[in-house]
Amino acid sequence: MEALDIARWQFGITTVYHFVFVPLTIGLSLLVAVMQTKAVFSKDPARKDAWTRMTKFFGSLLIVNFGIGIATGIVQEFQFGMNWSEYARYVGDVFGAPLALEGLAAFFLESVFLGLWIFGWGKLPEKIHLLTIWAVALGTTASAYFIVAANSFMQHPVGAMLNPETGRAELDPSQGSILAVLTNVTTMAAFPHVVSGAWLVAAAFVTGIASWHMVRHHNKARDLGLETDEGADHHHAARDLFRPVVRFGVVAMVVSAAVLVVSGDFQAQIMFKQQPMKMASAEALCETETGASFSILAVGGPDAFATDCDGVTHLVSVPYVTSFLATHTFDAELQGVDDLNAQYKEQFGETVTDIHGDVLTADYRPNLFVTYWSFRLMMGLAAFSGILALWALWVTRGKGDSARTTGSKLFQWFAVLSIPMPFFANSAGWVFTEMGRQPWVVHPNPDDPTIRLMTTQAVSSHPAWMVATSLIAFTLVYGVLAVIWFQMMRKAALKGVPLPRRDPETDELDTPTLSFDY
Amino acid sequence: MDAMLDPTALQTLWFGLIAFFFLAYFVLEGFDFGVQMNVATFWRRGSRTRGTVLETVGPVWDGNEVFLITGGALLFAAFPEWYATLFSGFYLALLLLLLVLIVRVCAFKWRSKVDSERWRTSWDIVHVIGGFAPALLWGVAFGNIVAGVGIDENHWVTTSLLGLLNPFALLGGLVFVLLFWLHGTLYLALKVTGTLREDANRLAGILVWPTILAGAAFLLWYQLAHSHAGWTWIPLVLAALALVAVVPLNRLRREGLAFTATTTAISGAVVTLFGGLFPYVLPSTGDPANSLTVANASSTEHTLTVMLVALCILLPLVLAYTAWAYRVFRHRLSDEDAPMPGSELLEKAKKGYREAFEQE
Repeated sequence: MEALDIARWQFGITTVYHFVFVPLTIGLSLLVAVMQTKAVFSKDPARKDAWTRMTKFFGSLLIVNFGIGIATGIVQEFQFGMNWSEYARYVGDVFGAPLALEGLAAFFLESVFLGLWIFGWGKLPEKIHLLTIWAVALGTTASAYFIVAANSFMQHPVGAMLNPETGRAELDPSQGSILAVLTNVTTMAAFPHVVSGAWLVAAAFVTGIASWHMVRHHNKARDLGLETDEGADHHHAARDLFRPVVRFGVVAMVVSAAVLVVSGDFQAQIMFKQQPMKMASAEALCETETGASFSILAVGGPDAFATDCDGVTHLVSVPYVTSFLATHTFDAELQGVDDLNAQYKEQFGETVTDIHGDVLTADYRPNLFVTYWSFRLMMGLAAFSGILALWALWVTRGKGDSARTTGSKLFQWFAVLSIPMPFFANSAGWVFTEMGRQPWVVHPNPDDPTIRLMTTQAVSSHPAWMVATSLIAFTLVYGVLAVIWFQMMRKAALKGVPLPRRDPETDELDTPTLSFDY
Repeated sequence: MDAMLDPTALQTLWFGLIAFFFLAYFVLEGFDFGVQMNVATFWRRGSRTRGTVLETVGPVWDGNEVFLITGGALLFAAFPEWYATLFSGFYLALLLLLLVLIVRVCAFKWRSKVDSERWRTSWDIVHVIGGFAPALLWGVAFGNIVAGVGIDENHWVTTSLLGLLNPFALLGGLVFVLLFWLHGTLYLALKVTGTLREDANRLAGILVWPTILAGAAFLLWYQLAHSHAGWTWIPLVLAALALVAVVPLNRLRREGLAFTATTTAISGAVVTLFGGLFPYVLPSTGDPANSLTVANASSTEHTLTVMLVALCILLPLVLAYTAWAYRVFRHRLSDEDAPMPGSELLEKAKKGYREAFEQE
């Protein structure tokens, strides 16, 4: 493998890895903020007690997760310079700005206020302490916005022009400059999609874990009998501690799903205009078609997908759906991969000169196997969340004294199984959008294609062994940390919450303080 | 050649702002590194004391590290050419730094998440590495930045990793380690009570001597051999005086002033290094025409203006809430007791946890 391929693998591995933890941090910080708000403003001591315990429980999971997101984020920023220095030179005048804004407006906010939240209980008034977790949630969300704005410039450059003297992209005041970059239509579509994707991760996480404990306590209560004190305690835990959280998680899943669908639909339409090649490769659509169908199953070895579009056979397809996704009309014409490739060769040249001055044959097709399947994986995995939401809603139906919980082992295990699915869907979505952009690192804007850079022109001039060293080092360290992270999350999640006790004399609940081990 | 050594006022201002972010990073994260090094010093006191030591920076280290992350991003935005050449050129050194920074964050976040002696001890080892290694690597990196490296006409660095490990840069690494160790020890003395406080003060009294020696040697070598400015004698002398002042201040147990003195020393050293680097940002040791300078490595005037406006709005806010956070956590921690003040409540909560656990 050449340095370019290794550098791409490294970017892929470190970014997908980073984005396992980040969506959970973004989503969970918001959900924990809502939980703590419920705890602070509950008048009923039993409700206050329940939400305080839940804030503490999910808060400690948030803290375990937060660290690894921060740690792996530093690599992302350094990597643009280390492995992609020619890219950094080409777009630095534009691309550095949103990264710097991310640091100034988001990272400081989340880091400083996370410290205040973890250590500030008892030192800060209750409501100020509540504000600190909201500041954390705001910071994590803002960081997603700025990084999506930076990424959107790579998908669809705006607000900049090519300086013919230096051959580099520069912010252009006459085209709106940084404001155009921050309000890029691509950003406006991708940001809600990314953030609601993060909410779904956290919502499924909360629903899954709360469901598991609800079933556990339900069964304990049944085994012990409601007439025993302990049995009553477990009954209380299932019905009054975890059931509300299950339903809370379901609401969050429904909200995320709605935003995901609307924003995803909008994204598909602008992708059709801005990156028709990505749209065609998502469908492994070889020839230009009118009223293109949506392929559900296609076969052909990886080679057939990668190098020879005609080797792909579509087995199951739904007519007209792809045309509808792209334009909201059934008979729209969609260009195929091969036609687009020929068109791009005419427009951007048959050859490309890499960083060493070598002239290579240009191929403007992304890896169809990856784009086709990652697109389907992203959408298909949502089925798990949908089933979980409906199932959880059904088993917890009823109000007041007839509020139900369930002892179903099948539901319990399905809930746990559903936790990782939105994580995979998020990764698949990013793999699709980044691999679908290839061979470009900065995809030309169809309205003004002067700013464009191919990946082969973006990489640093390193010997392969050097990049391989860092790839191996990162992969090993990340692997070890992933195992530790998983064990800690598992342990913390299994722990559950201590059951509330009433003081026999005062009849007061032993509601815990919002302290965290550190 | 002349144009490349003649930056505009805005470029000069941005060079100063980058210097400010590194200054803030070294002053703030400097004591975090030093505190982590002291996990080794107080190793034999057991994991509880090590926990107290670490907790003195618990609420603030994360925010301190953001000065690096934001400083790096600002470097990218304001001087993309510098960022690209530096980060690709110092590849293996930065790889090491990144690996250490990653595990260090996990050590902070995860150390007390599992109640086992072996677990805490393992992370304490990571803490010790996480204190010494980044300090050393930053020192080596800055030694090379200010002294210059081999750069070709593509602005690609030609100096290898072994070339980066030259005597001047290694001395820089040693100085950074000693200076941050002293700085962190004085911070510790400010934040704890009891015997730990006294021991920290005593340790600072010992550490100050090698720091003065190595620091003086490094800065004089730099000023005489590599600096491009004469005025940096002023911050250099200021740094030296501040460091010498630590000796009497430490003897009088004026902890606040002693910590202010090391803060001044670090600031003086950073100003000396950046001031002497100007108008270069990465000098070429070969053909001087290949050097990166403030003028030829920067973004356009427009981008610099945009970023300056953003910085003027956001930085005061950041500094305000950071200062507030330091105020909230201004109290001393005691040597022996539980990980948190208000330990009674904590004990009660822990008891509740334990009861709930044992019943299952």
